[in-house]
Amino acid sequence: MATGTEPHLKSGQDSGGVRAATRAAISAAHLRTDRWWLAPAATAAGLFAFIVYSTWRAFANADYYAAPYVSPFYSPCLAENCEPMRSGPNWEIFGSWWGLSPALLILIFPLGFRLTCYYYRKAYYRGFWASPPACAVAEPHKKYSGETRFPLILQNIHRYFFYAAVPVAGILTYDTVLSFRDEHYEWGHMGLGTLVFLVNIVLIWAYTLSCHSCRHIVGGKLKHFSKHPVRYRMWQWVGKLNARHMLLAWASLVSVALADFYVYLIASGVFDDPRLF
Amino acid sequence: MSTTTPSSPGASGTSYDARFRVWRGDVKGGDLEDFTVEVNEGEVVLDIIHRLQATQTPDLAVRWNCKAGKCGSCSAEINGRPRLMCMTRMSVFDREDVITVTPLRAFPVVRDLVTDVGFNYTKAREVPAFVPPADLGPGEYRMQQADVDRSQEFRKCIECFLCQDTCHVVRDHEENKAAFAGPRFLMRVAELDMHPLDAAAESGLDRKQTAQDEHGLGYCNITKCCSEVCPEGIKITDNALIPLKERAVDRKYDPLVWLGNKIRRRGER
Amino acid sequence: MSQVERQQWDVVVVGAGGAGLRAAIEAREQGARTAVICKSLFGKAHTVMAEGGIAASMGNVNSGDNWQVHFRDTLRGGKFLNQWRMAELHAREAPDRVWELETWGALFDRTADGRISQRNFGGHEYPRLAHVGDRTGLELIRTLQQKIVALQQEDEREFGDYEARLKVFQECTVTRVLKDGERVSGTFCYDRESGRFFVLEAPGVVLATGGIGKSFKVTSNSWEYTGDGHALALLAGAPLLNMEFVQFHPTGMVWPPSVKGILVTESVRGDGGVLRNSEGKRFMFDYVPDVFKEKYAQSEDEGDRWYEDPDNNRRPPELLPRDEVARAINSEVKAGRGSPHGGVFLDVSTRMPAEVIRRRLPSMYHQFKELADVDITAEAMEVGPTCHYVMGGIAVESDTAAARRVPGLYAAGEVAGGMHGSNRLGGNSLSDLLVFGRRAGLHAARYASGLTGAGARPVIDDVQVDTAAAEALRPFSAEGPEDGSTPENPYTLHQELQQTMNDLVGIIRREGEMERALEKLAELRVRARRAGVEGHRQFNPGWHLALDLRNMLLVSECVARAALERTESRGGHTREDHPGMNRDWRRVNLLCQLTDPSGGLAATDPVRGQIDLVRVTTEPIRPDLLALFEKEELVKYLAEEELYE
Repeated sequence: MATGTEPHLKSGQDSGGVRAATRAAISAAHLRTDRWWLAPAATAAGLFAFIVYSTWRAFANADYYAAPYVSPFYSPCLAENCEPMRSGPNWEIFGSWWGLSPALLILIFPLGFRLTCYYYRKAYYRGFWASPPACAVAEPHKKYSGETRFPLILQNIHRYFFYAAVPVAGILTYDTVLSFRDEHYEWGHMGLGTLVFLVNIVLIWAYTLSCHSCRHIVGGKLKHFSKHPVRYRMWQWVGKLNARHMLLAWASLVSVALADFYVYLIASGVFDDPRLF
Repeated sequence: MSTTTPSSPGASGTSYDARFRVWRGDVKGGDLEDFTVEVNEGEVVLDIIHRLQATQTPDLAVRWNCKAGKCGSCSAEINGRPRLMCMTRMSVFDREDVITVTPLRAFPVVRDLVTDVGFNYTKAREVPAFVPPADLGPGEYRMQQADVDRSQEFRKCIECFLCQDTCHVVRDHEENKAAFAGPRFLMRVAELDMHPLDAAAESGLDRKQTAQDEHGLGYCNITKCCSEVCPEGIKITDNALIPLKERAVDRKYDPLVWLGNKIRRRGER
Repeated sequence: MSQVERQQWDVVVVGAGGAGLRAAIEAREQGARTAVICKSLFGKAHTVMAEGGIAASMGNVNSGDNWQVHFRDTLRGGKFLNQWRMAELHAREAPDRVWELETWGALFDRTADGRISQRNFGGHEYPRLAHVGDRTGLELIRTLQQKIVALQQEDEREFGDYEARLKVFQECTVTRVLKDGERVSGTFCYDRESGRFFVLEAPGVVLATGGIGKSFKVTSNSWEYTGDGHALALLAGAPLLNMEFVQFHPTGMVWPPSVKGILVTESVRGDGGVLRNSEGKRFMFDYVPDVFKEKYAQSEDEGDRWYEDPDNNRRPPELLPRDEVARAINSEVKAGRGSPHGGVFLDVSTRMPAEVIRRRLPSMYHQFKELADVDITAEAMEVGPTCHYVMGGIAVESDTAAARRVPGLYAAGEVAGGMHGSNRLGGNSLSDLLVFGRRAGLHAARYASGLTGAGARPVIDDVQVDTAAAEALRPFSAEGPEDGSTPENPYTLHQELQQTMNDLVGIIRREGEMERALEKLAELRVRARRAGVEGHRQFNPGWHLALDLRNMLLVSECVARAALERTESRGGHTREDHPGMNRDWRRVNLLCQLTDPSGGLAATDPVRGQIDLVRVTTEPIRPDLLALFEKEELVKYLAEEELYE
């Protein structure tokens, strides 16, 4: 007669969870026999590596420009202390009082976009916070309020970071166009770096447009697709990309780091950009 | 059929003895018990549980119905993973594996593999029903396939409650059960909100708002275990929960909408 | 003993499938306080297994459709044995019942102009089945379940209690219908979870328990289908009608053995799938019976053209009524032209692109992939007949769904007999549930509300309650036979029963085999008295099965006795020793009733059995309905004297 059954609520200090008194008495926190820890461990390792690398590069304030390439970490460059890039994306919005790396000014936006992204949230909730570490594996925390309270309620602003991520991707596209110049700013040339930038910008756009907020904005919010055929098509298209959001999140993360690293190698003179034509 | 039995090749001769650990007991206590039981080609875990009943443990309690993955009754945890017993083929395990079968661990146990899933029925009642449009009678409903596709995906749900079982929000935190409807019933809210003819808004019910205020949408941290265990392959997180979160954002965290509502309310005053 | 908990209700609905829930909704909307009691969890009923659709002549896809055509198809499918008034009500009311589901939130597949899409099915002249992919039954049960919840939410707003006027007792079983004199007074039940007994007092009881498939070994039915309602009615003194008619669905899975019998929906054929034997031949062209010769294609080309242009071509014979297709498959396999695992091939892979298959038959794709490791977009399925549905059932009044002889007892859905005659068309089951579920709920509620004034309501008899409790507890104190050996294992008894019915009263029947079946049933009945169980009453499946055995043995005997009696072949009843349809049998209904009318179980005489058969002549078909058919067609079915009346 379980339709009338109320949930078995217990006083707060009880350990709750799978070992609660009303649940089947099993002492193990989980009984999974597969390598469930592999995915969160790999995720955590991957994210950690990126954080270390990007922190170093963002604070370095050096080796981010080698004509015609500008590191995506430093574009657009918004401070007076930026290296001059001819017809490149540097606008001196922040005056000489800004003494830190100009990367910090702009990285806020892609960082915020990725930090509030529905995929990355899953990745770091599982990988860093073990909430949960894997499905049906008990999490170590006593209390859980999810995204109902500050600060995690701020995850709801994801779409504004999406709005911000679009112009940033636009500027990176502009950088990619500029990379069809040579080191003397002559047009009609292409180096290995151009190729790296091309791959990166395609992945950045694919990741940005496959965003769940984007899917909602272009059509998901509609009640009647049939009355908005164009938006419906866009929603379907974004939906196809969205199904690969995780893949794109990782691919673009790697590609943006590689693009930066490539610029670093050229700028620090490790080797010269091989010319394709 | 008696009349249609040329011997099926390979049906016999491929059987072997498997080692099973099945949780037996009730709310007062219990433990995993070891069994050795015959397995034949093509069988699923539920077949083995039935063989245990018929040959070793006639009172082993288990819930099942259709044995074809359509009713969602035989939910259990097999080697720690929430699954339907009727859709878990024995061939996915090595013959040497010890296979552990326990009841769902998010719900109070009744006996052996049977749990009290009343939580789900309580939550089902808390979701306001479909509101028919006032101006349409039976037979006058017109809906385009494109408009019903989304909700139809959610209506594939067989209510096996595996998503509710695996969701850490309630699995690991009993105290959240009061505030959180669980993926199945948040998906129900999404289904109704996306129903092309649901007239809830006209009747003063804003499902986008209540999803968060009444049904605990904010507890979901989109870690996707519900989608992982869904035997119907419904993309619960991507297609129901996240869109619902975005709809809640439309209502509650969009400054333009917020401002608009403020002004309108002031105007009404 | 009689200290069991009692509750008062106006109407008790036994069974929470499509018919039961529809009855409960109607009874509650009529103002009756209604209780629903079901063996499984709420929303898990066998109705979810229905795949193809709900037959209703809405005419959304072909405007030529109307209730008269639907009625005609239904009678043809049932070989004119249908209780014609039921078939008429069914055909007339089905569209309203489907449309009403939409107002409760159902989402059917749509036509291009936004109406409910309808698909082709065996025996239906036009595309008629409202559907949702191949999970229509799930949509139906969920819609009704959610409507019940909606009504409960209304009650909560009004009375502060969700269950004030409509309550679902899930995972509970009824073992007896209680009576006050001739009239129904309530039900004796136990809660499976706790094993506790309780009594629901109610003047109106609607039986909606479904079928009897679990008496057969190869079946598409779930464990619940143990003939409970059939047995409850018999034990309460209501007769069963035409129990010999059992439908074997032509396409069940045949491999692997553990899933043998699971249904492969008829939509596979409706959407273009074809049947082939081991020689690759589309053998159904050889099996079109004379009565259907003019209505089915004679060549593969014509059959294939029909899918695109149904107005100028005749349908392929794969879409003959189910009994014909099942027999044909059986014959092919017997002739040595079967598939490796004893079925035939059902192929969509060469008929449709993989994408279309996955979209139109998602759960079939899923089912074969997961259970048999077969990709139906790349290779043919192996299929064979499986016990699917019983056309026979409780004899009811057509308009009110009232069981004969027992005031206050109603029946709807598969448990009720008559509607489908000797063979049910695909899609007519879901519509039957809705049409007669509603009628049963309506009339049960009216009957209950008519009992006003002191002493008008029936009273529970304590002696009956005590007897029912003792009967239910007997498996715990079962003794072995004289020699002191252990009690019978209910699982073993069940397996033997299934094997017996499968082998001896299956798809093709012979006199000697059925006589042997009756002897075996008598033996099993004696042994079932000694069925014992271990453990305690809390959720004990061995005990539940021991109790269900009584019901399965009762209905199995009905099937065997009636099948032995009817010396002709018609619809779901095929006699090898009487292969033809006999027009004189058309007017004959066979009623099964309990030998011992006091309601006790007559196990004292194992050979004679518990069931008596009575022949009754049916009411003539109303002339305006007969006029819907061509004279030439009627000649094939109706007896001489009927034609000239």
